[in-house]
Amino acid sequence: MNLAIIKYNAGNIESVNNALLRLGVSAEITGDHEKIRMADKVIFPGVGEASTTMAFLKKEGLDQLIPDLKQPVLGICLGLQLMCSHSEEGDTPCLGIFEEKVKRFIPEPGMEFVTKVPHMGWNSISELKSGIFDPSLDQQYVYFVHSYYAAVGEHTAAVCNYINPFSAALHRDNFYATQFHPEKSGTVGAKILENFLKI
Amino acid sequence: MLAKRIIPCLDIKDGQTVKGINFVNIKSVGDPVELGALYAEQGADELVFLDITASHEGRKTFVELVRRIAREINIPFTVGGGISELKDADALLSAGADKISINSSAVRNPKLIDDLALNFGSQFVVLAIDARGENDHWTVTVNGGRIPTEKELFSWAKEGESRGAGEILFTSMNHDGTKAGFANKELAKMADMLRIPIIASGGAGNMEHFVDVFTEGKADAGLAASIFHYKEIAIPDLKSFLKSKGIVIR
Repeated sequence: MNLAIIKYNAGNIESVNNALLRLGVSAEITGDHEKIRMADKVIFPGVGEASTTMAFLKKEGLDQLIPDLKQPVLGICLGLQLMCSHSEEGDTPCLGIFEEKVKRFIPEPGMEFVTKVPHMGWNSISELKSGIFDPSLDQQYVYFVHSYYAAVGEHTAAVCNYINPFSAALHRDNFYATQFHPEKSGTVGAKILENFLKI
Repeated sequence: MLAKRIIPCLDIKDGQTVKGINFVNIKSVGDPVELGALYAEQGADELVFLDITASHEGRKTFVELVRRIAREINIPFTVGGGISELKDADALLSAGADKISINSSAVRNPKLIDDLALNFGSQFVVLAIDARGENDHWTVTVNGGRIPTEKELFSWAKEGESRGAGEILFTSMNHDGTKAGFANKELAKMADMLRIPIIASGGAGNMEHFVDVFTEGKADAGLAASIFHYKEIAIPDLKSFLKSKGIVIR
């Protein structure tokens, strides 16, 4: 299988590559349009800030390429947020693959334990849809690190609850995305990546 | 619900784990990657690798080790020890570390916290604080608790948060090694003051201590070393015990 990881100015892309290597799959980390277009599957990872990252994607023409891809595409963390229509982070218009909007978590004061932002750690996912999940993954824990979230909407493929319910995953046509880090989510995350590779 | 985290801590010297006895399932207890992978398999939520090597050669070994950890281990991990400038952190990030922890170097140069947070994001920066309490005054110490500083625990933790630390790892030197429980009173006080997660360290001796640290101590994560390395507590047992006590655990 010919697998491309989109290379851009985001942190920790190597950890996605490491997770794929553990599954016995080698991917190419590349920003080359032709290579990305020809790949059987594409992963769009990311840790970083929305507005600077969108600016970078535009400069590289990746903002035109990504929404146009026809093969299965998996966005991770910031990747998911950038695939939405808009992010409150830097008031940024994003790729618009999903109509869902990205908002900042507002901590709720007065709860027994003051809610902390970022949402960091292991949380459970439910209401699973789309080919990257299977019934065995319902209520399983996955690893999150984020301060912004995609609201629950038409394309929500998994729900997580932190302060409020939000999209832990999105799916539309050939586009899949997870807010959590499957590459850091133990065997559950490995299963999700494996499912994506089988699509 | 966000789960409480259980974090084994491995001390590393010249690329080898310092503490630890033989586990049946692994070939070399001295290999941090094998031990870390075993803990991950058993349900550890994160791992901390602390480099206690002083030499320059040892540092290079550690970076190479971090690269191996990142390849083999499928849960988040923090690395610490000897990080005193941006380039140290950058080397560890590039090698695949999810977070770094800084301790003495931040006490000596608090601006390091700002610089790290600005360059790599707060989620990457864990401020480790070792402190010793006497008559309700908690003094921050450095060099493994041996040297007291001018800083006071709670104001330093607060300062760390405002400078951009993403988490506090608080070790009570009064409790460390006692196996008599965590510093729950101080941890709870800190939790009420801060808006970032707190990792409790020092004093874990039995499974009840973890219940207490998550309830009374209001901690987000509990860290321990020897009780896991010497197999006094097995992580799967600890996690099912915590679940039975109503604690949210993965």
